[in-house]
Amino acid sequence: MTAKPDRGRVELDSQECKGCGLCVEACPPKVLHLSSHLNHYGYHPAAYDGAGCTSCGICFFVCPEPGAIVVLRLVAA
Amino acid sequence: MASYTVTHEKAECLYEIYERKPELKHQTHYCPGCGHGIALKLLARAIDEAGIRDRTIMVSPVGCSVFLYYYFDVGNVQVSHGRAPAVGTGLSRSLPESIVISYQGDGDLAAIGTAEILHAANRGESMMVVFVNNGIYGMTGGQMAPTTPLGKKSTTTPFGRNEWTDGPPVRMSEILNALDAPVFIERVGLGDNKQIMQAGKAFRRALDIQVKRQGFSFLEVLSPCPTIWKLDPVDAQRFIREDMAKTFPIGNLRDRTKDALSRPAPKPAPPIAELPRILELTDDTPEEPVATPSKPLDLRLRIAGFGGQGVLMLGEVLAEAGLEAGYNVSWLPSYGPEMRSGTSNCHVRICSDPVDSPLVSNPSVLIAMNEPSLRKFLPSVEPGGMVIYNGETEPPEDCRRPDVRFITAHFTALADSLGSSKATNIVMLGALLEAEDLIEEKYVASALRGKVKSQRWLNIDFAAIERGREIACPV
Amino acid sequence: MKAQLTKGNEAIVKAAVLAGARAYYGYPITPASEIAEAAALYFPQAGGVFLQAESEVGAVNMLYGAASAGVRCMSASSGPGISLMQEGLSYLAGAELPCVVADIMRGGPGLGNINPEQGDYNQLVKGGGHGNYKTLVLAPSSAQEMADLTAWAFDLADEFRNPVAVLADGYVGQMMEPVRFADPIPVAPPPDWAVTGTAESRKNLITSLFLLADEAERHVRHLESKYKEAERKYTRAECWRTDDAEIVLVGYGIVGRILKAAVELGRSRGMALGLLRPITLYPFPTVQVREVGKRVKAVVVVELSTGQLVDDVRLALNGSVPIELYSRVGGNVPSAEEVLGFIQRTFMQSREEALIHG
Ligand SMILES: Cc1ncc(C[n+]2csc(CCOP(=O)(O)OP(=O)(O)O)c2C)c(N)n1
Ligand code: SF4
Ligand code: SF4
Ligand code: SF4
Repeated sequence: MTAKPDRGRVELDSQECKGCGLCVEACPPKVLHLSSHLNHYGYHPAAYDGAGCTSCGICFFVCPEPGAIVVLRLVAA
Repeated sequence: MASYTVTHEKAECLYEIYERKPELKHQTHYCPGCGHGIALKLLARAIDEAGIRDRTIMVSPVGCSVFLYYYFDVGNVQVSHGRAPAVGTGLSRSLPESIVISYQGDGDLAAIGTAEILHAANRGESMMVVFVNNGIYGMTGGQMAPTTPLGKKSTTTPFGRNEWTDGPPVRMSEILNALDAPVFIERVGLGDNKQIMQAGKAFRRALDIQVKRQGFSFLEVLSPCPTIWKLDPVDAQRFIREDMAKTFPIGNLRDRTKDALSRPAPKPAPPIAELPRILELTDDTPEEPVATPSKPLDLRLRIAGFGGQGVLMLGEVLAEAGLEAGYNVSWLPSYGPEMRSGTSNCHVRICSDPVDSPLVSNPSVLIAMNEPSLRKFLPSVEPGGMVIYNGETEPPEDCRRPDVRFITAHFTALADSLGSSKATNIVMLGALLEAEDLIEEKYVASALRGKVKSQRWLNIDFAAIERGREIACPV
Repeated sequence: MKAQLTKGNEAIVKAAVLAGARAYYGYPITPASEIAEAAALYFPQAGGVFLQAESEVGAVNMLYGAASAGVRCMSASSGPGISLMQEGLSYLAGAELPCVVADIMRGGPGLGNINPEQGDYNQLVKGGGHGNYKTLVLAPSSAQEMADLTAWAFDLADEFRNPVAVLADGYVGQMMEPVRFADPIPVAPPPDWAVTGTAESRKNLITSLFLLADEAERHVRHLESKYKEAERKYTRAECWRTDDAEIVLVGYGIVGRILKAAVELGRSRGMALGLLRPITLYPFPTVQVREVGKRVKAVVVVELSTGQLVDDVRLALNGSVPIELYSRVGGNVPSAEEVLGFIQRTFMQSREEALIHG
């Protein structure tokens, strides 16, 4: 049996991210983390755990970078 | 395969790549966790939702807000420290179709720019003001702002902000709320998700007022500055919720969007051909060829008296009559406190040649409407000149000159007998016209008609000229 | 249009409207207030904006906004208000925004008094605000010139994208003379650099901020080249009876008028006098001053300030001719007689000395 697809998904631009951690803190289901690797500028960029996003959009609004996060919602399984 | 659609992404009114930024063109210049970035994002989204990108003009002054033009793909005007509301006024008054947004920090708006914000708000300018209150001077490295909470250390309050030396923090939203004109005033915070979502709504509301052209909307944003506060971004958010919000209560202070009327559209401009009439440059008297002066003339006249005696008006009538008679003329008044403290005088020149200096230092004619004026100017009258003096008696002993011709009369009494002492100046004019063969009377009459609109007064004035002539008539 | 007796201050406003100005922002001050009052009357009727600002700081920044929108705009003030506008003038020049500001000078420093003086020469001609910029400065000496030079000021402001000042004293502002106004010109469409809240102008940016050294230097050099061009193209002075003059009097504004009378009076007494009246103060009529300087024995500068104009005359003549300064301040305006007296004392005396010692 295949798992039910997540309601949402996020795409993070690891080069735009400044690793402030606000999205990680704000995400209700806690499906974001700061990666252990450094990006080009020396920040630990935020990354998606890969599952569990509800597409609530909260991470998008708390993020101070205009294009670091794109939130997507499931339309059809 | 599951398919997904984008719900939240970078706003359209923001540039994809920040070409105006000298480097790192895909990142903002804000520090990690800075509230400016969030405010910018909420504003950008509100602009997108209202569909007004093309009409928007962003005014960004000095502070960490200075580089909005890196990001916003809208019209951009970058301005000096604190003056954005004045610049916004200049823009929105001339561009009533545009949406003007001023985006200012707390040093900018609440210290150096207090006069500009207060008066733009009070005039109800069509403008949205975003006031980013981070309680500190960010750009210059952490000096005290007018909004710095009491006790808080900054580089210029090393012992903490002191109530007695620095004063308590300034609450701009509350101050502006004392004014009648603003339509919308709200303070929001960027302290957590809930606050940010609430802020997003307030951005849309404040902008909607601009779309409807209802007037002035003000949005104060309590915004974290983790760098200067020396807090990590998450703690800086907590500081907003737990500290800043105590000094600056979050909430809506005013929302009059329901009753506010849309600003009336400006009247359409008149056709260009109408301008001379509007500027009072056309006159309805029939076009006459400019007179050629009947004889050479070099009249240098000084008229002096106390304020209210019609000193300046008499000068104007003479200058106007001289002009109509085809001469070159000038009229120069004394002005300022002299006018208020009671004395008044003017210089008039009427000459055949172009007027070199409009100043009359040595008058050929002095019209002195009282004794102090006579005393002051008699010594300057050129030898062989003339004085027309308004006195009940002959001039005092020390105010006489054998080399100057005097016409002395109680001109005020004469004017009184004609119905008003206000016509004293015109009786004296009559005397002047009789004594010196200057300008044909028709020009004087025409000048008087131009100045005096009431027929009753004109009648008095014409009678006054006659009366004056009789006085000066050589016996 | 036929000549009409018009106050200098009003002539500025009427000429501005005729020249297409459609925004006025100002703050009252004697002896410039008639300009604001006339603007309040005429600008709105002409389809323009009039606003009494909260201060001259506010007013000059409103000009910054109106100029950004591509509207011909103006303000007026006197010394204390012009001091406050200096910040804005620097920003306007830095952001390459055209506007016209009239300064009807009064006495200073500080509150001084409201009498005519010429003490604002340096603060406008030499800059006044911060940075490497110039304000173009025109100096009318009659009501007619108040009108003509105001109209020209708008053209210059647009041509050079720079603030232009009309610098007059209280007397030129307050006096009435016949003025013949030009025909009205239609309002031009906004220039393509303006920010007008439209799709076409969306990419435009008005700024005086240039972060990188090279970028900033390029910008300042560009401004500099505009000023050089103005210096080449537009220096103006009235030279009157200078051809056979031995002593040339130099003065602007109301002083220029008095000096004309002095020249006449002096000539009637056998003194070979001439007049050079600068009409553009920046760019300074260096060429004209040098040309006249070649022919004369001495130059006498007369100004209602303690030696501001004379510095530029000295720079222009560079020691080639003796220069004397006659200065009155505080609202004292010399008569033609007084100027002649100074000339007689200065030159006749030295002639006697020359006879004795030479
Ligand atoms: C006339 C003037 N004085 C001082 C400055 C220096 N200055 C630049 S930004 C700034 C403070 C800005 O603080 P704020 O408005 O709170 O904005 P923030 O940087 O905190 O976002 C100051 C004092 C200036 N640019 N102009
Ligand atoms: S959209 Fe919501 S659930 Fe998904 S990552 Fe962002 S905050 Fe977490
Ligand atoms: S909030 Fe934005 S900048 Fe901060 S860590 Fe998350 S993605 Fe990166
Ligand atoms: S200094 Fe403060 S306000 Fe400025 S960008 Fe950094 S965090 Fe933001």
